[in-house]
Formats: sequence, structure tokens, C-alpha cells
Amino acid sequence: MIERVEPTGGICVRLRQARPIPLDVEFSCAAGELLALVGPSGSGKSTVLRAIAGLFKPDEGTVTCDGVPWYDSKEGINIAPRRRRIGFVFQNFGLFPHLSAVENVMEGLLHLAPPARRERARELLKRVHLSGLDDRKPRQLSGGQQQRVAVARALARDPKVLLLDEPFSAVDKATRQRLYKELVDLRRQLDMPVILVTHDLDEAVLLADRLCILHHGKSLQSGPPFDVMARPISSAVARLVEQKNIFTGTVAGHDVAAKRTVLTWGGLTLLAGYQPEFKVGQEVSWMVPTGDVTLHAIDHPPREVRENTVTGTVIDVTRLGDQAGVSLAMDTASPLPLFLSLRMAYVRRHDLKAGDGVTVSLNPSGVHLME
Amino acid sequence: MNWMALELSLKLAAWTTLILLPVGIVAGRFLAWQKFRAKPVVEALVMLPLVLPPTVLGFYMLVALGGDSIIGQVYQALVGRTLVFSFEGLVVASVIFNLPFAIQPMQRAFEAIPVEVREAAACCGHRPWRMLWRIELPLAWPGILTALVLTFAHTIGEFGIVLMVGGNVPGETQTIAIAIYDQVQAFDNASAGLMSAVLLVVSLLAISMTYFGTSYIGRRHD
Repeated sequence: MIERVEPTGGICVRLRQARPIPLDVEFSCAAGELLALVGPSGSGKSTVLRAIAGLFKPDEGTVTCDGVPWYDSKEGINIAPRRRRIGFVFQNFGLFPHLSAVENVMEGLLHLAPPARRERARELLKRVHLSGLDDRKPRQLSGGQQQRVAVARALARDPKVLLLDEPFSAVDKATRQRLYKELVDLRRQLDMPVILVTHDLDEAVLLADRLCILHHGKSLQSGPPFDVMARPISSAVARLVEQKNIFTGTVAGHDVAAKRTVLTWGGLTLLAGYQPEFKVGQEVSWMVPTGDVTLHAIDHPPREVRENTVTGTVIDVTRLGDQAGVSLAMDTASPLPLFLSLRMAYVRRHDLKAGDGVTVSLNPSGVHLME
Repeated sequence: MNWMALELSLKLAAWTTLILLPVGIVAGRFLAWQKFRAKPVVEALVMLPLVLPPTVLGFYMLVALGGDSIIGQVYQALVGRTLVFSFEGLVVASVIFNLPFAIQPMQRAFEAIPVEVREAAACCGHRPWRMLWRIELPLAWPGILTALVLTFAHTIGEFGIVLMVGGNVPGETQTIAIAIYDQVQAFDNASAGLMSAVLLVVSLLAISMTYFGTSYIGRRHD
């Protein structure tokens, strides 16, 4: 579940605490990698970030950056935040309100000789596309511009790790899209680990190389976004990554030759991806992404025999932009509805509406078993 | 017009303000950011001079600083004269009864600095002194200025405690407030009126200065 890599320039974090904020977190982030800590509000994401920065001292654990211990509860090591060489972009940016944009950045450049600071600060502001506003106070800048100053200041120290605490939550949506793009561009030039805290799964998937899912202070799973989204290790993770089709069933057998695991669900037999780690007869949770549920053509019968066929009745069709979310009441298999997504154009062409009887197939490779 | 009394009052106010500047910054900062169980008690103690009758406070200080007290005896042994009924004694009393005026506004000012701002300074690599000088003091400055002016003006106006601890020794402990009282007792209403007017102008000037100062600083941050 947790990769234990100790790459040069990377950061390894292991934190444990019972109270006041329960924590049981373990992850690492390699140099040049962007790791997103994702979880609902109150899952301890910001606390983890603050612990990395040394602004919060957990009861137990280690924080090791580029091989140097920053925090080690057993060894009694706790390096002060100012000695940790971190770049921290705070949720509300934490800009110094009495200093101009360029002076804010200069405060992060104390390692340079005073005359060199202004020049370097101007360069950094240029790098985050904020030239010409050097002498404005934070109050005279928009949310997006403030965020850029905060990023420039965070990079000023030439940090060993860049920490971003919900950096897009204080700006409007249009600005956010632009800042996403800028972050993607910027991080190509960065060679340090970048840790992004967010409650927005879409944001995390868009920006991160790897996700680490946090819930009630516990890191549940980490891995590349697609892996975590499509192959959660538990129904709890599946729910946190917003999977809608989560059911329970029983493992009926494994077909080694076809690389399939067979599952019984209600009265139905389903083929799933090959997961021999589950024993025959074991009760399991399983899920299928909405995108792996395909609707059989309504106007003509299927040309080939499809696998994992399920019949049901449309409960509701919800329009989401050019996509439509469709929920089905299944005839036999489960009292819970099954969700699929269709193109809105298809829904219109076939006049799909509540009450229609439909047949769908679940793509066996998408069917995934969990604890 | 009793210029000696006015000068003494100004001298007392200046010393009190000077001493309470660092005391207020340290205590205000501490109370603003530290969490500890006895904090409400400490805050109540700081505010006590605001609600106690000056005579009560004066009486306790007379007891605490008098010749029978340890403080009084140590002082007498070191300096060779009594702490009460002396200018130094007045300064001590004045510092104590001005604690709420100095600490309270500074505490509020430090509390108003967002935690993120101080944490950002720490993450920028600021040492505590740089953080204080470059971030905290400039941001808390309006509150600090208010505290200083309130302390100064309040010292000039205080009567009860000064009379209790200092007595009425011209040139040593007779402040302008006490001099005015003396004049009225002696039916010299003309002098009392003049001195009252001077005191009124000084106080008004002091208070106006804070308002001008704070609004100027407020504008500067915009």
C-alpha cells in the first residue's frame, strides 16, 4: 500500500498521534514529484503539512527530507521551521500586509546579501507572471495575484520542499483554471518534491502525479491518480474518490487462464478483474466506475454476446453539461441503484427518460474487488 | 501656574511610558499568543487597576512599598531612602496602575496579526528578532501607539494613587493633578483654572495624536 522509497531530494513523512487530532499518516514524495493529499475537511491534511513545516509537533513520527531528519520523535530531533528550508503557500497566503509584493518576496531571500535581494525578488515575480505590480501592497492585488506573490515568496528560499495548502480555495473559478495551468508549467521547472493539500478530487487528479487519500487523519492509500480512482483498496477509499457504484458480493472463483475473478452479486454472476488475493467464498465490496457501465443499444439488439449483462429501469437522468448521469433500479441484483454516464447527445437522440427499461454491461476489467 | 508640578507630571508620564513600552510588548505578545490554564486569572489581574478605586490600589501599594515591607526595606538598604513619598516610588506605582492601559491595546494589536502571517515569516527563515522587528511591530504599531498615549495621558491625570503613595511633596511627588487640588483647597480658583486648562490641552493633544497617528498608519497599509 505504501511505497517506501527514499530517493535523493525526496521527503518521507510518518506521523502518529492519538490526540487532540488523531494522525496515522505515512507517505513519501520524490524530487520533482507532485503529491496531492486529498481528503474531506477535517481529515488532517493541513495538520500534516504544518507538521512537515515544523509548525506543528506531532507526538510520534519522522520527517526526513533529502536524507536529513527534520523531525524524529525517538531521537528528539525537531528542527525549527526557519531552518527547514520549506516553501509554504498558505490557504489565505499569509502575505505580509504592510509590505509590497516585491518586499514580501525579499523576506524569503534572507540568505542573499541585502543588495541582491530586490533584483532576485523581481525575477521571481516575473517567473510567476506578476511583473509591473512589484510595489503594490497585498490589499491592492486580486486573489490570483496574491497567490502568485505567495508562490514567488515560497520559491524564494530555494526550498527543499514546496508545500501548498489549498492554494486555490481563495480565488474565483476562472482564476483557478488559469492558476492550474501556471502551476503545471511552473512545476516542470521545479526539481523539489511538491505537496499539495486539497479537498477537491478533480483538482488533485488534474495536477498530481500521485494521490494520498486521507480520512480522519489516516492515510488510506497512495498511488497514481488513475490507480487510486479505479482500484481503491477499500470501500471507504472508493467513496472518498467519489465512486458511485459500490456494492457487496461473494467471490465465486478465479479463472486463471482468462485472468478473471468470478463474483456472485444478488442472483447474477459477474466477471471481474483478476484478483486472486481474495479467497473463494469471501464476502467482498466491489465497484465499477460509471464509465465502465455501457448501455446496450436501445433500438437494435446487441451484435455479440456481452459479458456482465444487467437489466433495470431508468430512475433518473441528470444533465451535467454535455454529459448525463443516469441512475438505474436493477431488476434483481441489488436494491441500490447503478449509475452510468452517457453523452447528453445520446440521451436526447434516444429520448431516454425515467421509467425506460434498459440493459447494460459492466466492463469486467472495470469491476474491482475491495476489502 | 505651578510649572514645577507640570514638569514633574510630564517627567513621571515619560518614565512610566518608557518603562511600559517593553513591558507591554512582552506581556501583550505573551497574552495574545500563549495558551495556558491561568490565562484568565492573569488577564483579570492586569485589568484590576481599571476597576479598583485608586485609594484601594494606593493603600495596597503603600503597604507593599512602605518601610515595613520587604521591597521597601531592600530599597532603603540599597538607596538609603524610602521608596514611598519619593519620585521613584511614584514611578513604580504609576507603572502598576497603568498596566491595563499599556498591555490591553498591545495584546489586542498582536492578536489581530493572523497566525498565517507569523508562520509565513517563520517559513521564510525569520529569526525571532527579525520577525518582531520586520513583521510584528509594524503590524501592531497602531495598538502600541494607542497604549503609549493612553498611558501617558492617564499618568498625567491620575490623582488618588499618587496622593496615597507619593503624598504631596513639592518638586518630588506633587504632580499637577495634586497641585490643582491644593490650589482649590486654598481657594485659589484662578491658578486651579489655568492649570486645569493646561492639563486639558495636554490631554487633548495626546489623544488627538494617537488618532492622527493610527489613521496615518492605517492609510499607509492600504
